[in-house]
Amino acid sequence: MEPIRTLTSRTVVMPSTNIDTDQIIPARFLTTTTREGLGQSLFADWRYDASGKPLKDFVLNRAQSQGCAFLVAGRNVGCGSSREHAPWALLDFGFKAVISTEIADIFRSNSLKNGLLPVVVDEDTHAWLLGNPGAEISIDLESRTLSLPSGRIVEFPLESFARYCLMNGVDELGYLLAQSGRIAEYEKAHDK
Amino acid sequence: MTPQTMFEKLWQQHVVVPETADTPAVIYIDLHLTHEVTSPQAFSLLRERGLKLRRTDRTLATLDHSTPTETAQIFGGMPIRLESPRKQVEQLERNAEEFAVELLGLKSDRRGIVHIIGPELGATQPGKTIVCGDSHTSTHGAFGALAFGIGTTEVGHVLATQCLLQRQPKTFAINVAGRLPAGVTAKDLVLAIIGRIGVSGGTGHVIEFRGEAIRALHMDERMTVCNMSIEAGARAGMVAPDETTFAYLKGRPRAPAGEAWDRALDAWRCLPSDPGAAFDREFSLDAADVVPMITYGTNPGMVMPISGSIPGSGDEVFHKALRYMGFEPGQAIAGKPVDVVFIGSCTNARLSDLQAAAAVLKGRQVAAGVKLLIVPGSQQIKRMAEAEGLADTFRAAGADWRESGCSMCLGMNGDTVEAGKYSVSTSNRNFEGRQGVGARTLLASPAAAAAAAVTGRVTDPRELLS
Repeated sequence: MEPIRTLTSRTVVMPSTNIDTDQIIPARFLTTTTREGLGQSLFADWRYDASGKPLKDFVLNRAQSQGCAFLVAGRNVGCGSSREHAPWALLDFGFKAVISTEIADIFRSNSLKNGLLPVVVDEDTHAWLLGNPGAEISIDLESRTLSLPSGRIVEFPLESFARYCLMNGVDELGYLLAQSGRIAEYEKAHDK
Repeated sequence: MTPQTMFEKLWQQHVVVPETADTPAVIYIDLHLTHEVTSPQAFSLLRERGLKLRRTDRTLATLDHSTPTETAQIFGGMPIRLESPRKQVEQLERNAEEFAVELLGLKSDRRGIVHIIGPELGATQPGKTIVCGDSHTSTHGAFGALAFGIGTTEVGHVLATQCLLQRQPKTFAINVAGRLPAGVTAKDLVLAIIGRIGVSGGTGHVIEFRGEAIRALHMDERMTVCNMSIEAGARAGMVAPDETTFAYLKGRPRAPAGEAWDRALDAWRCLPSDPGAAFDREFSLDAADVVPMITYGTNPGMVMPISGSIPGSGDEVFHKALRYMGFEPGQAIAGKPVDVVFIGSCTNARLSDLQAAAAVLKGRQVAAGVKLLIVPGSQQIKRMAEAEGLADTFRAAGADWRESGCSMCLGMNGDTVEAGKYSVSTSNRNFEGRQGVGARTLLASPAAAAAAAVTGRVTDPRELLS
């Protein structure tokens, strides 16, 4: 993973609450054995018609959405299935952060492990973001803050370990592997 | 000593390295279940890094999600028809061989939906930590296990280290007093709970289902309740082990036996939450108030009594969901025509679910124009249902009776609902397109699904049960 320190981008807004991972990437696209190329199937059932033609009205198909790396979504985004294909598809499409008032647990965990930043903001900030699609905002990991165009700075929660991994471009597996001595001790002590 | 919840006891027993302000806890995983869809990239990670699988004896693989359910494609000598699912199945077969993982393969008589075979084999036990790359891993919590779904990266972590990095979740007690009325099922109960607390009501929490009504449920029913904990956003759902749990497990192939059984019982009896243990949140309801339920929208929280009316108003998302479903605000739902009925999935494909469906279907016929698909949760359940004559009842009624698998719960294995069609389904998710592009799913119990199949309309199953 590439280290992430600051991110700046315009936003795409999808105000629906409870956007589930079946919408982010429908199950029929999970019959793959690799991580690559899922971006073209991102939000497939909202994005294309039955013949596979892009639907003009869908937000990701609009010209002004191109190049936007931040997805502002309604409350409880990423609920449902544990499929990691959801953050893989979002990243492959070009998203680098998902912003909402609430992000489902497994999706949040999967996102962090792949360098897709889950950003939980307060209701007021969220309402402003929903009302101002395309706003250019910045995210700073060191200070765990998001900067709005007005100059207002908003803090967001990010666990220090996850932040360390993101800022240094390292994954958790290395840390876990380094614990192998303690894991072996645990197995011995607990007869496992 | 401070009274502890069951979750806290299990957590403490599995901490390898405690959490600090800077680092999450390292938690030991006792049982890792895996399947063809969320594992290929995890095995690739091991290969790329030159890592071995740490504990093959704690890893069990099966084929269920993208695996077809037509007998000909499993036993008939013909290959799996869809190319990418076939490759996925073959990939797991190769990975299992390379990494020496036990695979209950295509033709195994122990194969089935991953959350059904764990308990059936007795591999799912009280006090264990159990994970799988599937959100419905919460099912196993019915035994007093801490069981939760993980993503593919974490599948790789468990394969390589038998551990996960986790922050300790919060606890949530859901107290269900009283008894469920006749004709009301565990599915109705859990749908009613999700309707009340909402689809994100459990986020960040491990739910413990407690109270007289939960104690009165048999294991299949407790599994149905815990299975859908994730539909309330919860990290996991649990029920304290008791005599019902022990009676279910005794004698199962992978349950402890002899002296080991006695020792296990001693440990399991210490697991339930101590009297006075404090939960971060509590919610209570009376089972006597629960009635047969059905969903009308596009998430499991959009749920209502079968005898009731769809809410008259709601937010933009509510109206969008109703447009997708082809319903109007304020409409009654009973009597709505249905096209497809699916009885199956990790929520409701155990033997007692099939018995409940058969009680409605016996001596009746599937309504003209309705397709009824019944998919047993495992090959064992299939055999038992055939031995009991349930399969004969299903076939006589006009149902299509299949090999086990996830089937129509998620449209990725060839079993799908066509666009615009209405499906009453015993599965767990009514998300847009879940059962096929444009499919309209109404979640309900096996009895309600069977009732819809014979009347061709959404029906309160109590009308058909004497």
